Amino acid sequence: MTYGVDVAQVRLEHITKTFGEGKEAVTAVDDVTIDIEDHDFMILLGPSGCGKSTLLRMVAGLETPTSGDIFIGTKKVNDVAPKLRDVAMVFQSYALYPQKTVRANIEFPLKVRGESKPERAAKAMSAAQSLGLDDYLDRKPGQLSGGQRQRVALARAIVRQPAVFCMDEPLSNLDAKLRGETRAELVDLHRRLDATILYVTHDQIEAMTMGTHVAVMNRGQLQQIGTPQQVYAKPQTVFVARFIGTPPMNVMPPGLFERSEVLVGVRPEHLQLSSNGVLSLTVRMVEQLGHETLLICDAVGTRVVVRQNAEAPVPSIGAELRVDASEAHRHRFDPVTERRIDG
Amino acid sequence: MKKKWRELPIAVGMLAPSAVILGLFVVYPLVRAIQLGHLRCDATGKRCRDGGWGQYIDVFRSNEFQHALANTARLALMTVPIGLALGVGLAVLADKQIRGIGFFRTVFSSTVATSVAVASLIWFVLLQPEIGVLPNLFHGIIPSLKQPGLLRDPATALPAVALSSIWASLGFTFIVITAALQGIPRELYESAYVDGAGGWMRFSNVTLPMLGPTILFTSVVLTTRAFQSYAEVALLTGGGPDPQRPTQTLPYLIYGQNSLVKNDIGLKSAAAVLLFFVLLVLAFVQFRGLDKRVHYGS
Repeated sequence: MTYGVDVAQVRLEHITKTFGEGKEAVTAVDDVTIDIEDHDFMILLGPSGCGKSTLLRMVAGLETPTSGDIFIGTKKVNDVAPKLRDVAMVFQSYALYPQKTVRANIEFPLKVRGESKPERAAKAMSAAQSLGLDDYLDRKPGQLSGGQRQRVALARAIVRQPAVFCMDEPLSNLDAKLRGETRAELVDLHRRLDATILYVTHDQIEAMTMGTHVAVMNRGQLQQIGTPQQVYAKPQTVFVARFIGTPPMNVMPPGLFERSEVLVGVRPEHLQLSSNGVLSLTVRMVEQLGHETLLICDAVGTRVVVRQNAEAPVPSIGAELRVDASEAHRHRFDPVTERRIDG
Repeated sequence: MKKKWRELPIAVGMLAPSAVILGLFVVYPLVRAIQLGHLRCDATGKRCRDGGWGQYIDVFRSNEFQHALANTARLALMTVPIGLALGVGLAVLADKQIRGIGFFRTVFSSTVATSVAVASLIWFVLLQPEIGVLPNLFHGIIPSLKQPGLLRDPATALPAVALSSIWASLGFTFIVITAALQGIPRELYESAYVDGAGGWMRFSNVTLPMLGPTILFTSVVLTTRAFQSYAEVALLTGGGPDPQRPTQTLPYLIYGQNSLVKNDIGLKSAAAVLLFFVLLVLAFVQFRGLDKRVHYGS
C-alpha cells in the first residue's frame, strides 16, 4: 500500500495557542513555524508541557490556533473540520472502541465515510495484514496485549489512507522491549506507506532512531529543527544540547574550560583523559554499565560526566583526573541568550 | 482441623452483628411472610385457618392479583423507558463545558432530594382539575385535564401516575448517567471526531456503548422501583378511579387503604411473597437478557 498521490506537506506558520483568558492565560505554543515536507517523518520532541501535543492536536483539528496558519498541501485548514483535513490520529491510549471487534474498529473510519461493506472489509483486511493482525480480527481490544492494541490503532489510521498521520506518543504505554521492536516497525511502516508522519514524543531515542527530521520544543517555543544528526552534532541552544544525548552534554560555566566569557559544552564521550588536559576533575562516582563506564566528576562545583570504554582502567573515587576536548567537539553558547555562537 | 475450631468463637462474634440485623429485618420477615401467606382469615381478620401452599396458587390466579400485576407492568413499561431516555438525554445535554451549566445540573438532579410523597403531592396539586396550573393552562388543548381530570379519568390515571413517578426518579437517573459519562475517555470522542464521525455517530458508537453497564443497572433499579410504587398511587389516586381501578399496583393491592384484601393478613402476605418472586425473576431476566449486549470496560 503506497500513496504517492495524496501525500502532502504540512506547513505551520507563526502558530500561537493560548488557553484561558486574562491573568490565567497560558501560552502553550508560542510563534512556532515548521515546514514538514512530503513523506517526512517529523518528530516533535520536548519535555512534557512543552506544547508539542497541542501543536499536533491543532494539525489534527482538535484545537484551533489562537493565531497563525496551518496548511496541509496548499490548503489552509485553520477552519476546516478534521474529517475534511485527511488526517489520521493515533493516540497514546490507543482510543479503541472497547465494544467493537478489531475488525469493526479498523473499519470504523470507512463506515463513517459511508463506504460499502465489501469495500470496507477488503481494506480492513489489507490494513490488518500489513500489521500482522489477521488472526485477531474477531477479538475485542480487551483480549489483546498492549502491543497488539497499538497495532490495531495503527491499522485504523492507515486504513483511511490519509495524507498525514498524527501520532501522539503512541509507544509510551508499551514496555521497553516492545517499544524497541515497535520503533523499528514504525520506521518500516513509514518506508512502506511513504506517508507524511507527525510524531510527538518526549523520548529522544525515538526521535533519534525514527525521525527524518526532529523539531525540539521547550516552553511552547521551537528550539531547533533539523535531521537527528544535525540536532545532535550542532545543538543551537543549551536546552537542545542538554536534552539530546544520554548522559547529556556537559555545559560548563564561562572560565572553567576555556578562558573566555562563553558557556562551553562538551559531550561526555568527547572528553579525553590527558595528563596535560585543560580541566582538572575529581571523581565522585563511577557507573559501570557493561558496554561503557561513566565517571561522574566535580570541577570546582560543576558536575562533569566523562564517558569511557568499558575496557579503560577504572579510576578510584576521589582520584584527580585531567581532561581535554578537541576543538571540533567544543560547543560554545552565549551565557545570556543560551544560543550557539560558532554557527 | 484443631486450629479451625479454635477460631470458631471469634468468627461467630465477628459475624454476629450483621447476622442479627440481617436475620431480624430480612430473613425473619421473609420467613414470617411466607408462613402468613398460608393463612386464610374471615372478614374481621381475627379468626384464621391454614390454607396451605395452595393459597399461593389461588392468589396468583385471582383476578385481583392478575389485574394489579398487569397495572404494575404497564406502569413499569411507561416509567422505565421514558425515564431512562429522559435521564440519558438530559445528562448528555448537560455534559458540556459551558458557562452556567452547573445551574442546569443542579436543577436536573434536584428531584433526587425530593421524596416520592412530596413529588406526588406536587403533581397532585399541578393536576388538580379545579385549581391545578396544568388544567387551567392547557384544558383548551386537552379537555380531560379539567373534565374529569387526568387522575380521575380511567384512561389517563395510570399515565398521570407514571408522569409523577418519572419526574421523581429523573434526578437519580440523571446523576448516575452523568457520573458514567464523565468516566468515558475523551480520546474516544476525539478519535471518532478526527475520523469524521458526526454527533449522532459519536453518540451511538461511543456514548451509548460506554454507558451500557450503567443503563442496565439503572433500568433494573427503575423497574424495581416501578414494581414497588406505592406512595404515588396512595397519594394520587388511591388505586382508583373506581370501578376499573387502573392504578391499583401490586404494592397498593397488598397495603393500600382502599384495597380489597386490606384486612386479610394471609392474602396480603401471599401477594407480597409473590411480588418478591416476580421481582427476582425480572431482575434475573434483565441481567441475562441485556448482559450479552453490554460491554464492561476493557
